[in-house]
Amino acid sequence: MDIKEKLAILADAAKYDASCASSGSKRAGVKGSLGNTQGMGICHSYTPDGRCISLLKVLLTNFCIFDCSYCINRISSDVKRAKFSVDDVVWLTIEFYKRNYIEGLFLSSGVIRSPDHTMEEMIAVAKKLRTEHKFGGYIHLKAVAGASEELVQKAGLWADRLSANIELPKQADLDQLAPAKTHVQIEQVMGSIQDKIVENRADKKTIKSTPIYAPGGQSTQMIVGATGSTDLDILGTSSRLYGDYGLKRVYYSAFSPIPKGDPRLPLKQAPLVREHRLYQADWLLRYYGFDYKELLDPASPQLDLQLDPKTAWAVGHRAFFPIDVNKAPREHLLRIPGFGVRTVDKIIKTRTQRNLTLADLSKLKVSIDKARYFITTADRNSSVTLLDDEHLKARLQKTKIIQPTLFELMGVSDGTGTGGS
Amino acid sequence: MRTVSFADGFKGWRNAARVLLAYKIAPHDIEWQEDGKSSALLWDDHKIDWQTMGASAPKLGLNVSRRFLDMAEAVSFHRNPEKWQLLYSLIWRLTYENPKLLDLSIDEQVQSFLSMEHSVRRDAHKAKAFVRFRKIEQAEGDLYCAWHEPEHPLLAYVAPFFQDRFSVMKWTILTPDQSVHWDGSVLKWGPGCSQEEGPKGDTLEDLWGCYYKSIFNPARVKLKAMRSEMPKKYWHSMPETQLIEELIFESDARVDAMIRATPASAADFIPLVKDLETLRAALPSCSACDLCAKATQGVFGMGNPRAKLMLVGEQPGEREDEIGLPFQGPAGQLLQSVLDKASLGRDEIYMTNAVKAFKHRREGKRRIHEKPTPREVGTCKAWLQAELASVKPTVVLCLGLTAALAVLGQSVRLMDVRDKVLDVGNGLKVIVTHHPAHILRIQDGEEKAAALLELESALQLARDLSLA
Repeated sequence: MDIKEKLAILADAAKYDASCASSGSKRAGVKGSLGNTQGMGICHSYTPDGRCISLLKVLLTNFCIFDCSYCINRISSDVKRAKFSVDDVVWLTIEFYKRNYIEGLFLSSGVIRSPDHTMEEMIAVAKKLRTEHKFGGYIHLKAVAGASEELVQKAGLWADRLSANIELPKQADLDQLAPAKTHVQIEQVMGSIQDKIVENRADKKTIKSTPIYAPGGQSTQMIVGATGSTDLDILGTSSRLYGDYGLKRVYYSAFSPIPKGDPRLPLKQAPLVREHRLYQADWLLRYYGFDYKELLDPASPQLDLQLDPKTAWAVGHRAFFPIDVNKAPREHLLRIPGFGVRTVDKIIKTRTQRNLTLADLSKLKVSIDKARYFITTADRNSSVTLLDDEHLKARLQKTKIIQPTLFELMGVSDGTGTGGS
Repeated sequence: MRTVSFADGFKGWRNAARVLLAYKIAPHDIEWQEDGKSSALLWDDHKIDWQTMGASAPKLGLNVSRRFLDMAEAVSFHRNPEKWQLLYSLIWRLTYENPKLLDLSIDEQVQSFLSMEHSVRRDAHKAKAFVRFRKIEQAEGDLYCAWHEPEHPLLAYVAPFFQDRFSVMKWTILTPDQSVHWDGSVLKWGPGCSQEEGPKGDTLEDLWGCYYKSIFNPARVKLKAMRSEMPKKYWHSMPETQLIEELIFESDARVDAMIRATPASAADFIPLVKDLETLRAALPSCSACDLCAKATQGVFGMGNPRAKLMLVGEQPGEREDEIGLPFQGPAGQLLQSVLDKASLGRDEIYMTNAVKAFKHRREGKRRIHEKPTPREVGTCKAWLQAELASVKPTVVLCLGLTAALAVLGQSVRLMDVRDKVLDVGNGLKVIVTHHPAHILRIQDGEEKAAALLELESALQLARDLSLA
């Protein structure tokens, strides 16, 4: 099998992993070595599914001993199988990188022989890139479920980022679709990566020359809509993972039907808007000071698909409003629908010099159509009288708003092309 | 109105601005004139001789923030020539009116400044992302050459990025405005050129296109997201964009094909009522695969419907196929002797197979056993799951690795699991051992005896656990 055939099979098999971020790691170019990493990461191309290509994202092999039904590579699927050699992956990475197609490599794999054997081969790729080719670009390695702690820790010496996929929101989902996997086992891997990162950062404080371990931190991915788990379950799990393992990102991947999929899976694509709403809610947890329990509760465990989660929260908590844009503290401004983090920071700076009017806010790119019911400004804002209107929700749904992308709202672009954008 | 003429881009502008600020020359009194960028003839007496003035200036510090200067440098690469006037107005106001002017994002000039800065920064980011090098083999070492068309003439702004990243390569970036070449030690600047004069192709683009196609998920098409991040104006120098039309065109058909390719599963044939008798009666109507049709009949499990211990084999053999009951042939007889030794009666346990039909090939009149594929195990698994759900054993003894795959959902090696009690959740314990048919096939006497001993002890262990 030639390398093009292998590439077609092993890239195809890797595409269900949403993560492709090349962010969070900064390594200046070193004389005599190829490549560097920038804090922000760069998206080198975009495919018609709206996702970015930042890294060469491939599997080392799609042979697998597991039978996880949501996975195209499960043992009982009759997809075409292939395996890259270590040298194949190293060559592709270097050649793509030299042409400025990519920021680096994201290597994952089906499990062959044993989790440890698989992990060792993946480490061999990273090590060869770093030592023989003096490769300074980005390397993201997937921690193989069930690989020994020692190997996972070794992987972090060569990789910028490590990740172990939590796969599905709840253990019950795994029991149903991936009987051989457990959250306990996956979280052990996360815990061991986190321990090593903490230890390494402490060492680095005392001894500056300590090589940095997994500078880009760790992330994980959850498949959404393959089982009946609710958004409350999903955000609860994310919230716990952010707290317990210091994850940089949780990626949500709307379940999409896979070729030759397991019959127990839904045939239909989970709605992309649900994935989008989950990313919005995730952002609210990380940057807007919300707790997931404020957004959802057992009585209404699903995010509103019609309204973004912040607006939905505001409609349900009208007593909190109206907010005086010229006086309210930052954490209150962050709760106003249509206000992004960057906008809020601009408002805080501007209002020390001048009281803001509605017209000023639209200059600052606030989504006025959304925000106007919830704020008072220096001039008269007549819309605020509609705050307690029984049709407020309907009004908000009707407003056709050109939404800034999440990344614009956040003022970051971290090289991710997930549904978050 | 007097003219300030300067050269050398942002650096030149900054030097001039420093002098003019020191002499308090107000923005509305002057017009900025970048050398070589004007066709108008200017009288010398209209020009401000800032170089001479600078030599005798009282104090030439620029009292503005580093942040402003960094942003101003970006703005200096904007294609709009009015940028110089805007920059001077801002630096004037920052110096003499409001040192916190930049915080006032609603100010009209600050807004133009921010939007020009944003436009240049985004264009620079896209240049770093979308430049596509093509390898040109040369005697003195490979050259990586790219042609790229940025919105603003910002090659000098992004060149340090490429210099840092690709310091070990020799490379050239051509744009319509100018070009730059890195020979491994210094950057050399040259004139711009058209795309036709740029590099022609690279054999690696075939692999890159293959990657681009394969990583695209046809089940989720989001063209707006793609176009907003990768605007069409950049497409003409990116080889992979030639595939976009074809990918979109094919996507619906690919998703349909995906859904059609979903394998059949026995799950579609399992009756709603899941007691053993109803299940057994429904088996003949299952057509999830064609194995049953090619065999004499499907063979359902048998034994105690309340058994604590369940034995799972691979598939029926020739004899079982004829009779319609599991474990009847030579392997069944061997198993019987092992059961006897453990004092277990067939009525105490439940016995079944991972795959319910005899898979075989014909050689003349003989029917030769063939191992079921993992796919076939997956298709048939729903029957086994229904049996497990109905009987609710506490211990399952897997005879052979096919049974283990069906029960554990994972392919295992015997050496990894022998002598182990695997806890698979819900209080169910699983033990994996040899299939009796496998023991019958072993030629070596000693090995055979050892394997038999293993089967015996595994069964005894399973029995003890199920009684506990």
